[in-house]
Amino acid sequence: MDLFEYQARDLFAKHGVPVLAGEVIDTPEAAREATERLGGKSVVKAQVKVGGRGKAGGVKLAASADEAVARATDILGMDIKGHTVHKVMIAELSPEIEAEYYVSYLLDRTNRTFLAMASVQGGMDIEEVAEKTPEALAKVPVNAVEGVNIEKAREIVAQAKFPADVAEGVAEAMVTLWDTFVAEDALLVEVNPLVKTKDGRILALDGKVSLDENADFRQPDHEALEDKDAANPLEAAAKAKNLNYVKLDGEVGIIGNGAGLVMSTLDVVAYAGENHGDVKPANFLDIGGGASAEVMANGLEIILGDPDVKSVFVNVFGGITACDEVANGIVQALELLKSKGEEVTKPLVVRLDGNNAELGRKILSDANHPLVQRVDTMDGAADKAAELAAAAK
Amino acid sequence: MAIFLNKDSKVIVQGMTGATGMKHTKLMLGDGTDIVGGVNPRKAGTKVDFDGTEVPVFGTVKEAMEATGANVSVLFVPPAFSKAAVVEAIDAEIPLAVVITEGIAVHDSAAFWAYAKSKGNKTRIIGPNCPGLITPGQSNAGIIPGDITKPGRIGLVSKSGTLTYQMMYELRDIGFSSAVGIGGDPVIGTTHIDALEAFEADPDTDLIVMIGEIGGDAEERAADYIKANVTKPVVGYVAGFTAPEGKTMGHAGAIVSGSSGTAAAKKEALEAAGVKVGKTPTETAKLARAILAG
Repeated sequence: MDLFEYQARDLFAKHGVPVLAGEVIDTPEAAREATERLGGKSVVKAQVKVGGRGKAGGVKLAASADEAVARATDILGMDIKGHTVHKVMIAELSPEIEAEYYVSYLLDRTNRTFLAMASVQGGMDIEEVAEKTPEALAKVPVNAVEGVNIEKAREIVAQAKFPADVAEGVAEAMVTLWDTFVAEDALLVEVNPLVKTKDGRILALDGKVSLDENADFRQPDHEALEDKDAANPLEAAAKAKNLNYVKLDGEVGIIGNGAGLVMSTLDVVAYAGENHGDVKPANFLDIGGGASAEVMANGLEIILGDPDVKSVFVNVFGGITACDEVANGIVQALELLKSKGEEVTKPLVVRLDGNNAELGRKILSDANHPLVQRVDTMDGAADKAAELAAAAK
Repeated sequence: MAIFLNKDSKVIVQGMTGATGMKHTKLMLGDGTDIVGGVNPRKAGTKVDFDGTEVPVFGTVKEAMEATGANVSVLFVPPAFSKAAVVEAIDAEIPLAVVITEGIAVHDSAAFWAYAKSKGNKTRIIGPNCPGLITPGQSNAGIIPGDITKPGRIGLVSKSGTLTYQMMYELRDIGFSSAVGIGGDPVIGTTHIDALEAFEADPDTDLIVMIGEIGGDAEERAADYIKANVTKPVVGYVAGFTAPEGKTMGHAGAIVSGSSGTAAAKKEALEAAGVKVGKTPTETAKLARAILAG
């Protein structure tokens, strides 16, 4: 889960990373009091989870509380690269800046370790720095067990060749940033820019944090950080039912078991769509190993509730779960939906393979639901589902 | 022969007495796996009956190994306790730990990997978030259905559980030497490369099927490895061509970020290494058949 800047700032502050004061607001009028609390001047910063907001006009200085209200009025509702601004942060004005740096911690998947990255060329897109002047970006592996203490932080700072006058201050900030990374179960903590001010302070002026949702069980505070407004309503409904669902922009609804098989199903449907009016998968939905009638019904309900969906492809490989149980699940799910007054009106193509496939297929044939078709190969079923979606488009 | 697991493997189950552990211990026994014990400190000294097979429960992995000579542990421990359980297996120096558990926090898996490394990697870790591995007809350590296919001469390595099953099913008449599900998490113990190396050395494997998916660069690195080190034919499949950037596709590791981790890049890298890559699982199986038919 990627956080907004103000949320990152709050987490940084909580763990001792030096930041400026700031608060988030969602109405222009609230900018007045917030700015007054900061002594009558502020920076109004659009809160969007996308880079390049400065260039897009999403960051403005306000020399007075009135001006802050005016700037907040301009920025709230603005579209930045497809992201609508719903919140702005009213931040303390930074003291004069002498230098801008970059520091971060992240997972290095390739080497199965954590990585510290640091550069004295901050303030700009770090991928650009990495590409154009790779020698200016220090990458230092961090052992997950040993972590970052002040000695390790000094090593990182030395490798990035920070000037002597800021080295100790940056190293101290690196330790607190590591504390944030570990304590919050983050996948990424990034400060860009980390600045040296004319009065000699080291400050994190902007940052990114991405959190590991697998750690939610020990991070009870993280639920409140979710951006519930931005979530697609179908994704939100699926999440409420513990379904692993991602909305996509096509017409063929997909249900399958297992992340890999569902990803593969999306691809196979997209290939089939090339021959059928270019229809595409409408979603990713993994109902997991069990595939009980209830889970199947929940999944079908979400997918049939998507107005973009013109046909549904249920692709199940019976592993431990037997296909007869899955077939019963589908039949019961259709009855369950009917009893709730949500009768299925879109065609379903079902492919069952694996454990007890014959029994499962027989159950579907016997149920003889008018909208359910059985196709017994994955490629064949994808083709049928694409054809039906194209016909209904 | 086979890789990592054979008829002589003595298997213990950490988390055997939980619901998932019980279910799959029973299935593994049914597939002929020599399960010699379970581990649960609160139930040490008791025995669990699986349709007439009594399996003793030990307090620790170390005790179980000393009493039974176990050399493989399969873990069905809930995510919150997985790190401690893997560390225990590493401390006991069990040669193979298969971590089935899904949903382990990255800070935990990174920590137990760093710990394993600091102990000289005496314990091979497979997973987490994986279906385990099977050597058909000999032993099954995990949750791969034992009855999909029979012993044969194809080696399979895959990030995805259900795609493992699908591919075993497609090629069920030919059969497999071993099939290894390495898991879809960002940090995993055994990689595609480790399995490729083992299959290359296994005299009972004639062809290797490698299944990858979006995220990370493991497939690209595997392609480099194949080019330099693998003489046996390799057939590949990559899932996730239609996955949009920035959306996690079920597996914590299956996410395309920026230009890295795309299915297209992985396919290209594999093809450049001489691997035949199928567009669908079925087409991939056909490619494997064609090669085996000569």
